[in-house]
Amino acid sequence: MNFDFTPVLTDWAALLRGATVTVEVTVCALLLSSALGLLIGIGRLNPRRKLLYGACSVYLSCFRGTPLLVQLFIWFFGLPRFGIVLPAFVCGVLGLGMYSASYVSEVVRGAIQSVDRGQMEAGRSLGMSSRQTMLKIILPQAFVRMIPPLGNEFIALIKNSALVSLLTIHDLMHEGQKIISVSYRSLETYLVIALIYWIMTSLTTLALRRVELRLKADGMVQ
Amino acid sequence: MNPPAMIRISGLHKSFGANEVLRGIDLEVDASQVVVVIGPSGSGKSTLLRCCNGLEIAQRGTIDICGQRLATDGTMLAENDLNRLRTQVGMVFQSFNLFPHLSVLHNVSIGPRTLRGMSAADCERSARSLLAKVGLAEKAAAMPASLSGGQKQRVAIARALAMEPKVMLFDEPTSALDPELVGEVLQVMKLLAKEGMTMMVVTHEMAFASEVADAVVVMDAGRVIETGVPELIFRNPTEARTRSFLQAILKTEEKIS
Repeated sequence: MNFDFTPVLTDWAALLRGATVTVEVTVCALLLSSALGLLIGIGRLNPRRKLLYGACSVYLSCFRGTPLLVQLFIWFFGLPRFGIVLPAFVCGVLGLGMYSASYVSEVVRGAIQSVDRGQMEAGRSLGMSSRQTMLKIILPQAFVRMIPPLGNEFIALIKNSALVSLLTIHDLMHEGQKIISVSYRSLETYLVIALIYWIMTSLTTLALRRVELRLKADGMVQ
Repeated sequence: MNPPAMIRISGLHKSFGANEVLRGIDLEVDASQVVVVIGPSGSGKSTLLRCCNGLEIAQRGTIDICGQRLATDGTMLAENDLNRLRTQVGMVFQSFNLFPHLSVLHNVSIGPRTLRGMSAADCERSARSLLAKVGLAEKAAAMPASLSGGQKQRVAIARALAMEPKVMLFDEPTSALDPELVGEVLQVMKLLAKEGMTMMVVTHEMAFASEVADAVVVMDAGRVIETGVPELIFRNPTEARTRSFLQAILKTEEKIS
């Protein structure tokens, strides 16, 4: 068996371009996912607010309950039927971000509900409104608890971003496949791509661990 | 004419589902009075206290606090007015409920800082003087997790005092404490009583009750079965149930000591 890494390594500039696009898509999707996930998670805190709770539950059910690839294809290939033609990059970000937001919303809801009920009572007893208590007392504590599960979600997001190569976005995966189509060196290329994804996810893990340690040092986590 | 009562509860009924916890409570606490509520577990003491700052809603009856109607037959004050009224009613919980992500100083100052629009410097100054009052001036920068139970509860008292309440409610403030830490919390509460704070205290600390209380209220099964000055309740209770409750408490205290 002979390995030949020359084709994939000679084209390092293409891989770097692709990796940059992967990072761009992921970061944009991550921002969308966090913001939307926070709103939907908060929307599902109180089942008595039926309309809001219902709408958020439907969102969760649809976006978590169907394959990401199908969702991406609907954004990219489906929407043009209604005259909505979005750039591939936007479809990728919307697809990844809205899919991931469904998971993030459950992380958010779980973290908020894990904060002891006495915290809300203590805040309300001082005379703070429920909104003030949520912002100043509950959410800061919930954020700390969200970090480990959000880390998982963001790592999944990085890896899932490989699917956007199917929407003609020139990400890392896409660039790799271009190299393969010319060199036929698929194993070597996929190994190098896998390594680059691994570096990205590992850096994310390290960064999150540092955030956690920092919060621990500040006494925010016991 | 006497000033109006700080807390006036009349005909209060409260159930959780089919479980009727309060069955017609009438109670008054006058200004600067210390009223201690005792009674067996499940008698509704804590629920009664929690109704007094709107943490629980009673389905029937009325509650007036500081001359303001808090609740009538399950209808509470409008949200904004309720929040304003709560600033006048300090609450101390059995499990402290300090804010673990804030330093001791910020635990005390967050109330006035959020609600009074005071400057950060003013808030800090008054928070520090309250911490000094509860004997924890040197702990201002500490995080709650590093404190003992007794220290936590003293911070919680300082936090409630920061809003300059007219009434303080204590919900079994020493029940979660190791025995040797109970004294320091009761000390602070005695100081408050001496300063003329109106207090309603749910507790099992009979020594505190007999020393500090102006009136002791005995509850059982959702009703007030007896009210009187401490000497009367402790030395010569009229109700058999009061007697058996006190005997049970004394027995356990003897067993411990």
